[in-house]
Formats: sequence, C-alpha cells, structure tokens
Amino acid sequence: MFRLSFQIAKTQMLERPKQTLIATLGVTFGIGMFVFMVSFMTGVNVLLEETMLAATPHIRIYNEAIAAKTSVLDEYKAGEAFVNVVHNIKPKEEKQNIKNAFQMVDYLRADERVLGVSPQLTSQVFYNFGPIQINGTLVGVDIFEEDKLFDLESKIQTGRLENLLTSSNAIIMGADLAERLNMQVNDKVTVSTPDGTLKLLKVVGTFRFGVGAIDDSKSYTSIATVQKILKEDTRYITDINVKLKDYYQAGQIAREYDRKFDYTIEDWEAANASTLSTFLLRDIITYAVSITLLVVAGFGIYNIMNMTIYEKMKDIAILKAMGFAGRDVLSIFLIQAISIGLMGAASGLLIGFLLSLWIDGIPFETGGVLSVDTFPVNYDIKYYLIGLVFGLLTTGLAGYFPARKAAKIDPVEIIRS
Amino acid sequence: MSALEAVGISKYFYEPVKFQVLKSLDFKIEKGEFLALMGKSGSGKSTLLYVLSTMDTDYQGTLYINEEQVTGKSQNFLAHFRNEHIGFVFQFHYLLQEFTALQNVMLPALKLGKYAKSELEDRAYEKLKILDIQEQAGKKTNKLSGGQQQRVAIARALINDPAIIMGDEPTGNLDSANTSIVFEIFKELTEKHQQTIIAVTHDDEFAKRADRIIEMKDGMII
Repeated sequence: MFRLSFQIAKTQMLERPKQTLIATLGVTFGIGMFVFMVSFMTGVNVLLEETMLAATPHIRIYNEAIAAKTSVLDEYKAGEAFVNVVHNIKPKEEKQNIKNAFQMVDYLRADERVLGVSPQLTSQVFYNFGPIQINGTLVGVDIFEEDKLFDLESKIQTGRLENLLTSSNAIIMGADLAERLNMQVNDKVTVSTPDGTLKLLKVVGTFRFGVGAIDDSKSYTSIATVQKILKEDTRYITDINVKLKDYYQAGQIAREYDRKFDYTIEDWEAANASTLSTFLLRDIITYAVSITLLVVAGFGIYNIMNMTIYEKMKDIAILKAMGFAGRDVLSIFLIQAISIGLMGAASGLLIGFLLSLWIDGIPFETGGVLSVDTFPVNYDIKYYLIGLVFGLLTTGLAGYFPARKAAKIDPVEIIRS
Repeated sequence: MSALEAVGISKYFYEPVKFQVLKSLDFKIEKGEFLALMGKSGSGKSTLLYVLSTMDTDYQGTLYINEEQVTGKSQNFLAHFRNEHIGFVFQFHYLLQEFTALQNVMLPALKLGKYAKSELEDRAYEKLKILDIQEQAGKKTNKLSGGQQQRVAIARALINDPAIIMGDEPTGNLDSANTSIVFEIFKELTEKHQQTIIAVTHDDEFAKRADRIIEMKDGMII
C-alpha cells in the first residue's frame, strides 16, 4: 500500500518538474542563507574569541600586592574591650615573587589537563628613545615554553625566536613598539627600570599578536636578563602562565589551584570579564539573527508547500472518490513534502557551504590587527544539522496540515468548490 | 435483492441561506437495474447522486447499499467501500493529469490490490479496448480530447467490476456515436453481469432506453 502511495507521489512530482523545482528552491534558499549567515557570524565570533585568547594565558598565577586586612595593633591589643581602628593600611614591603616557583611549575606540568606551563618574570620598564621615554613591560621567559603557550613562532614578524638564546641581552619587541622606537633587528635600545637601573639591550626580532595593547608595549627577553635588571637571584619568578587542553575548564581548574596554592589564581574568563560581557551580547545578537533567519525561511517554505498542496486539492478529491482512504492521501502528500524538504535542505546545505567557501576566500585586510587575511568562517557541522532538521520539519508540517485537512473532508466538498 | 435503498434522505445547503435540497426521499433500486436520474438543473439530482455515492456524508436519513447500511460509517470504511463496490464517472472526467490513460484506469485496482500488477495492466487495457481508446493507453491524459478523457474516466469506473456504477452525465461530453457505445456497454453490464447503473442525464434519448427513470423537481421525486 505504501508502495502505491510512493509511486503516485513520485509520478506527480516528476511529471510537474517546474512546480517541484520551485518548491525545492524555496527550501534551498531558506536553508542555504541560514547556513551561510550563521557560519559567517559564528566565524567572526570564534575569530574574536581566539584573538583574545591568543595573548591571554588560560590561567595566570601571580603574587598580588594586597594590603593586610589586620594590623599589628590587633595582635597587641585584642579582645572585646578594644575597638581597633587603623586608617589607610598599606601593603608590607615584600618581594612580589612566587616562592618555590619551579617546584610549582613541575607540579603543574604533571597535571594531565595542562598543555603547557611558562614561568616568567615581568618588569615595568621605560624604553628610552632619545629624549622620550615610552612606557612598557619587559617579560623574561623561557622562550620555547612561551612559544608552546602562544605559538610565538607564527607571530614573529622579523628576526628569529632562537636568537633570544644565542646572544645575551637580546630582546624580541612588539612590532608597534619597534615602529614607535624606530627599531630594526640588531638595533640597540636602552631600558630603565622603576628604580633607575639602565640596561642596553639588542633587538633580535619583532612579533605581532594582533592585540594593540600588547604589540605596542611588550618585549620578550630571557628570564636571566630580567633578573639581572631587577637585581634578583636566579630563582626569582613573578608569574606562572598555564595553557590548558580545554580552556572552558579554566574556571574550575583555577578554583582547584586556588585551594592548593597561596597565590592569586586568575583564569582567562575573570581576566577578560568586560570583553566576555560584550561577547555575550554579540552571542545574543547571533542567536536572534539565526532564529529570525529560520523563521523567515520557515514561513517561505510553509507558504510554498501549502500552495503546492492546495493546487493538488482536486487530485485529492479524485483519489478519494476512487476509494483512496484519508491515510493514503496523507501519505502521498507527506512523501512529496518530505522529498521536497530533503532535496531542498540538501541543496541548501551545499549552497550554504559553497557561499561559505566563497567568502572564506575573499581577502580581508585588517592591517595586521587580526591574524587573518580572509573573512572568517565557521564550518561547524552543528549548523548544517540544524538546517537539515529544520528544513525537513517545516516542509513536513507544511505538507501535513493541509493534507490532513483534505484527508478528512468529503471529496464532494472539494469538487463543489 | 436491492442494490441500493434510500430511506428518508434529506439534505440542506447552508450557504448562502439554509435551503433544503433533498426532501425526505425514499426509493429502492434493484440489482441489475439501469436507472436514469432526470430533472432540471437545481432539482437536486446531482446532489442526490453524490449522497448515493457515499462521497457526501452530510445528510439525514439512511442509505443501504447491497443491503448494508453505509450511513454513519467512517471515512476510511467508505473509501474502501467505494473502491470495491462503486464506480463513479464525473461530469468532467476528473483524471489525474500526471498519469497516462492506462495508469489512471489502473489506480483504483492497484488500491484494491485484488490482482497482480501485470494482470491489472491487461484488465485495464481490456477496459480501454471496450471503449475503443486503447490506442491512447500510453498517452498522458492532458494530451487527450475531452471525449477521449471521458471514455478513460468510464473505463476507470469499470475496472474493479463494481456492483454499482454511478455517472453524473457520463455521456455529456460524447458525440452520439460514442454515447451509443457507452449506452450499449452499460446495458450489457446490467444484463449480463447484474451490475447496477445510476446515471444523471439530460439526454432524453439516453434516458428513454433506460429501464427506469426517476425524475426530480425541487428536491422531490415526481
């Protein structure tokens, strides 16, 4: 019985190719546009998120200078008889380093959720440029560990990463900073620290993260160089940066470390709270636009399917007059609706994919601000599945409701009207 | 044995105003009878035919076909019942445009599923031959003339050897030669195979040769 319904549905569709094609194209464009727009929009979102994460460690461990919550007065005179008030408590004079830093690094490296650990030492410096001083940071790192975390190799603009190790007092400078200082590779720059120490350093390379705040203020050098500038011993480390295998676990792992270590643990979400809240707004807009796209596509599909079925009302009456039951009529038109949905959705996915490929190849000049040279596109299979399911669902429903109505009424009602 | 019995059949139209089209009709049609249903347009004869065909269930009274009550039965039951026992010829052929003449004739039989497909094809071809349009069997129906389409529709009504064949001016689109052929076929069906024919017609010649004429006026039999 089903085979007969299938045969009838097939003949009706194949014998009216133009009508079938138009209905199919309606679905194709709806689904195609949805896939294309969503791929593009989420591509932009992913790019921005990756750009942010490119320069941000997933977890950062450091020793924050915090004013003590209690004063020595509390130790001396305590008890109910006293109310101690000390105004404007300041932090104690103490070093901002992490004690046992290298032991901690070993511990962190043993954690299987961790991809890389980079101990480092940061100092505020002034870059002297003739009479002008430019404010910036000098970061002492194990350059290969840092490379593992942030893929520095790909961000090097001039010079080589390894040169940092082969010559002493070498630095790799942010590209924008180098430009401001008019520095080329092998030029020398004098830096001064907050306590007045001067040091002559040689530029062996420049890098660009695509994040303005970093590119125009940061330089890398070896840990030992910074230790020398700060006049500290070889165990002096101020920061430990951690990269995780899954950065969405950062918050949870950071809380875990927080209980274990007596230092400030900051995950990337906390460090970028303001950026993340704009991301949230952008995600809301993305969802709103995708839902709108689906609704518009859905209405288009529904209309065109409805029309297709209503044009066949007379055929329904004839079939019923000949003795086809309501469920036969229903299955004949559902088969047509689902076939149109399937063909339309499949070609829509293809169109969406091709449009994505096309835009993915269009040059997009950002002047080095973002690490892309074409428009960003996200090829997540999820959106293709949503498109497919949605296409089938709307065509199915759009075929089902009028067909069910037609299946129920007396054939003569259709013939008379 | 009666082929069809109507008891107190009434029907109303509600648009644009309530109007009684059929006024409590009672009649009986015997098996093998060739009945012509006549009347001016608006007399209710087509409406009555649709009620008798079970395609219109919105009426009062009771209808028996083959001594089985069909009033109040479900849509699915009626669809199957029509498929097996009633062949219907519409005023305007009503063929499926996407199918060939042969496929159109075969469809009710495929639905009934009594014979294998190859056998059905032979039978359908046979019916087309009786109506002298076997040459058109492989053509799409929208390529046929009005008269040819009408004959395909008649062949389709005959395919399941139904107990009752109903026609709403079945020969309205046919010339006198073909009308005569159709009449002969109908006559033979009633006489040889005890099938019952109920045909609405305006054609006096056609009606005169029928076994019985029921004439209607203003929703009543006169």
